Amino acid sequence: MKDKLKTLWQVFITFFKIGAFTFGGGYAMIPLIQKEAAEKKHWVTDDDILEIVAIAESTPGPIAINSSTFIGYRVAGFWGAFFGTLGMVLPSFVIILAIAFLLREFQQFPAVQYAFRGIRAGVLALILKALWSMYRKAPKGLLGYLVMAAAFVCTAFLHIHAVIVIAGCAAVGLIASLLAERRAK
Amino acid sequence: MIYLELFLTFLMIGAFTFGGGYAMLPLIQQAVLSHGWVSEQSLIDFIAVSESTPGPFAVNISTYVGAEVGGVLGAVCATLGVVLPSFVILLIVARFYTRFRESRIVRGMMAGLKPAVVGMIAAALLSIAATVFFPAGWTTAVFVDPTWYLSAGIAILCGVLAFRTKWHPIALIGIAAALGVLGGYLLPAAGV
Repeated sequence: MKDKLKTLWQVFITFFKIGAFTFGGGYAMIPLIQKEAAEKKHWVTDDDILEIVAIAESTPGPIAINSSTFIGYRVAGFWGAFFGTLGMVLPSFVIILAIAFLLREFQQFPAVQYAFRGIRAGVLALILKALWSMYRKAPKGLLGYLVMAAAFVCTAFLHIHAVIVIAGCAAVGLIASLLAERRAK
Repeated sequence: MIYLELFLTFLMIGAFTFGGGYAMLPLIQQAVLSHGWVSEQSLIDFIAVSESTPGPFAVNISTYVGAEVGGVLGAVCATLGVVLPSFVILLIVARFYTRFRESRIVRGMMAGLKPAVVGMIAAALLSIAATVFFPAGWTTAVFVDPTWYLSAGIAILCGVLAFRTKWHPIALIGIAAALGVLGGYLLPAAGV
């Protein structure tokens, strides 16, 4: 019992550290998870980390939550997953609550408004960079380009609900790959 | 019941985001704007805040929107909603993960999902660019505003830095903020 509690505490504090010290989230977190959970604690192997990234990409939700749940579960079952994820979420939750409050207080100052006007332009570059790295990872080929174009038009101009676009594209991908498999046989 | 609405909306966002990080942006944008919870400008500001604070983008942005709409309890509901789907799904997948990885159905769906995310982020980018450069709709009036050229210059500079250097996003945001403040005080007609 005591050992179990100690393990849960270890899981919680490890993911708390990871959550508190990675900026940018997602893939930026993977090296730190690898160092803490694989190298230091030996909870998982380096191969497991690669596996986790692959699984995180094909399951919904943030990569950070996917990995804390997965590793926590491997270490200590359901409660391991629970405390790992709680540790991961807690730092950013607290920090953002404080910032949301401060932002409201400081928004009236001209300097803050000027700063944010500059930042808004800068954010465009960050999103463009994210778009480019997503594009590089996406399958190219005719199907890939068609789906990209269709998802773009449906979201930007037809204002179709994002969930419908995602479900539709998943269905198209599934049907196309099953057809391709049948043709190969 | 605003708390239930926050929880359910973010539950759906969490359940339908594949790829993490900015893949969530189009869904958040659509949901938040259609509910009128946060303006598009505040959403853009908050993307920058989220890049400059630790933790996953998804948790940061749902905490923020939840707090804006319903205070601390709102933040709890939104964050719980966004986390829950991936928590439950990963609990299931952790048991038989090799079978999941090799599943033809999962692979087939990913063949459609990956390019879909690219198209949807492109749509989000277009809408955000329109908010930054044409806040009052498509008019040529913006071209006489010197601050418009400041924004354009900052966007181009940050774009070059983002693609040509390995600088951290926080550094780019810092430069953009500094140039924004500088321009705000030096340029005439600095209406935000």
